[in-house]
Amino acid sequence: MIRVQDVAFDPGAEINVFSGANANSGAIASFIGQVRDYASGEDRSAPITQLHLEHYPGMTDRELARIAQEASDRWQLHDVLVIHRFGPMTPSDAIVLVCTAAAHRAEAFSACEFIMDWLKTQAPFWKRETSPDGDTWVDARQSDQDRADRWALDS
Amino acid sequence: MTIDVLYFAWIKEKVGTGQEQVSPPESVVTVNDLIDWLTGQSASHASAFEDRDRVRAAVNQTHVSFETPIKDAQEVAFFPPVTGGGT
Repeated sequence: MIRVQDVAFDPGAEINVFSGANANSGAIASFIGQVRDYASGEDRSAPITQLHLEHYPGMTDRELARIAQEASDRWQLHDVLVIHRFGPMTPSDAIVLVCTAAAHRAEAFSACEFIMDWLKTQAPFWKRETSPDGDTWVDARQSDQDRADRWALDS
Repeated sequence: MTIDVLYFAWIKEKVGTGQEQVSPPESVVTVNDLIDWLTGQSASHASAFEDRDRVRAAVNQTHVSFETPIKDAQEVAFFPPVTGGGT
């Protein structure tokens, strides 16, 4: 299931619901991405007071569904959950939750990591950080692209 | 040919709008041609597309390269490299 929403969510409660609905799966993997309290640029001491996530309504859902489908094609998964927020957020808020359910941990771990790596380089979201110095759009990082590229098919 | 053009993040701020309808001439064939044409429309557009290496494009909500034809495009979007997810 894919959910793109502006309201806050409780990752623990979501994971519990996901696990309960997948009693046939021996392995549940999850990843939570949350808002840091310091800026992403050079000066890591600058405090962040707010993070705003802009997205491309419509394309966001399509891209997340495509990424989840790609994961299901590559690994034997019983279920996938992706929740991603947009709009204004404050430090320690959950931005994204990815859950995967599979028979065994190898598939669940790999698929969860793959979904996050592709999401970070392909899902149309953009972060703007607010600090006492003003607002700054966060730059994409080459290290994220490198991580996503690791999953390129060998063929 | 009428196309909805969408802009996001700092590109939207530079252009000054998030969405506009445009009717480029028939000589505009690819995404790259559309950028060339938009650049000529105003100083704001020129500023947004000044460094094309920092711009990505989608046609009908699918990521594309700048060489992609826009013949069947209803919607073309321009945005910076994406930065969603956690950290």
